[in-house]
Amino acid sequence: MPRYAALIYGAEPSGESDPELWGKIMAEYMHFGEVGGAAGVIGGGEALHPTTMATTVHVTGGAKGGDVIATDGPFAETKEVLGGFYLLDCKDLDEALSWAAQIPGAWYGRVEVRPVIDMSEMG
Amino acid sequence: MVRQGRSAPGHRHERDGLIDPLDEIIRIEGGQVLATLIRLTGDIDRAEDALHDAIVVAADAWRRDGVPDRPGAWLTTVARNKELDRIRREARRAPKEVEAFRLLTEGSGSDVIDERDDRLRLLFTCCHPALSPESQVALALRTICGFTTVDIARVFLVPEPTIGQRISRAKAKITKARIPYRVPDAHELPDRLRPVLATVYAVFTAGHHAPVGELGGRVDFADEAIRLARLLVELMPDEAECVGLLALMLATNARRRARTDAAGEMVLLADQDRSLWDGAAIAEAAALVDSVLRRGRPGAYQMQAAIACLHGAAPTYADTDWPQIAELYLLLEHRWPTPVVRVNRAVAVAEVAGPQSGLALLDDLVGSPTERWHLYWSARADFQRRLGEIDAAADSYRQALGCPCNDSDRRFLERRLASLGREHL
Repeated sequence: MPRYAALIYGAEPSGESDPELWGKIMAEYMHFGEVGGAAGVIGGGEALHPTTMATTVHVTGGAKGGDVIATDGPFAETKEVLGGFYLLDCKDLDEALSWAAQIPGAWYGRVEVRPVIDMSEMG
Repeated sequence: MVRQGRSAPGHRHERDGLIDPLDEIIRIEGGQVLATLIRLTGDIDRAEDALHDAIVVAADAWRRDGVPDRPGAWLTTVARNKELDRIRREARRAPKEVEAFRLLTEGSGSDVIDERDDRLRLLFTCCHPALSPESQVALALRTICGFTTVDIARVFLVPEPTIGQRISRAKAKITKARIPYRVPDAHELPDRLRPVLATVYAVFTAGHHAPVGELGGRVDFADEAIRLARLLVELMPDEAECVGLLALMLATNARRRARTDAAGEMVLLADQDRSLWDGAAIAEAAALVDSVLRRGRPGAYQMQAAIACLHGAAPTYADTDWPQIAELYLLLEHRWPTPVVRVNRAVAVAEVAGPQSGLALLDDLVGSPTERWHLYWSARADFQRRLGEIDAAADSYRQALGCPCNDSDRRFLERRLASLGREHL
């Protein structure tokens, strides 16, 4: 079964969040987890801490063995950040898109669907 | 096997700049054959290779023995056998090839041809929303219509490698992201049909705006788009917008011969020789519009078709039913408020209520990105000229000339600007 990553992008949650809204969002994610889990579509997934917790690593020189430079913050400073992801096992893109459209992040932000490379097919 | 440099399914042998009728049969039939082969092989590239091999065989055999009764079925059978031979020769078979082998050996002859659905599958795959609109158009022209990347590049005025890249990227995405080869379910159709119709209309627009004679009459994308729309209507007779699109293109194309003069320069609707219009095409469009509007599901294509038919029915520019056209543009604008619709509505309103009213409708667009569109300025200039505001009109034409536009439009604007000076004196 082909696998897709559904990458959930949205506005970074602000410090004082509305607990009522959070409760609603959590319930919506729980619902997606239940429906997707029952259908056997969800092959994994995680929610990520905000980008203030992110550290970006780069090895200089374009080759192994260069200096390791760690910097505070996400790779790209953007308004919409990667907040979490699911791995979806679907037979084709249409099925993956229809599941991605049921992830709450699709209405609070955007969900990017990318096919996962199947290493067994790599020659 | 060499993939690079192989010719397209519709590769032409040009003789004296004319289309070889045999090649034209192959090009048109090729789209259907390819559609079937993609379903059987599960791979666009393999299907194209098999079709290409079959075309090489067909070109010789048909020239010698004549074209068979069912050229499509003939090509499918030969291509199927070519692909089977190829799979048999392959030492290591991936699961996909095993499946293809099963499908290819199942049934025989015409059993494997599922004409209606295969054509729709190919169309919906080429126009999948996961592909960019530019790629959708290029891929459809290449696979469904069998045009070469050279032909496509010439009509769209982009370098050939760009078209080649769009097509190969689209194919790669279809494979890697597994865009399915299927007809969407009924509940998905409204969303999925939109890009299909937009692609067909983009093909038409490209053909319609291509300077007449530019391609030696070899490639007519406008005719090709009409052929595709006829196919859509045949395949999905219940979809009102398919009928609307066909009618719109027929009515617009009917005026094509009058759109340019002997020197290839653009002629305005008001100045066109209406005896050059294709009356039969206009009548067909009008009949389609009448029947489809009765279904009570008006859409943007149907409304534009109705407008085009009103123009087509007018014996002279002055006798045009402008009030009705202005009303239709108003309806269109309510649902699709675009600057193009607004400018067209302003032109119609100016005919009904005078240039001042037309100008007032354009004033809403001042300061908007529409000011980068030359036809917006051209409409403004014409209203100003009719109001006797010659200096303002000249300014507007100069603004128009500062916007991006093609050479033919540029020459037209320059002529208008020059004639303005003469009128003034």
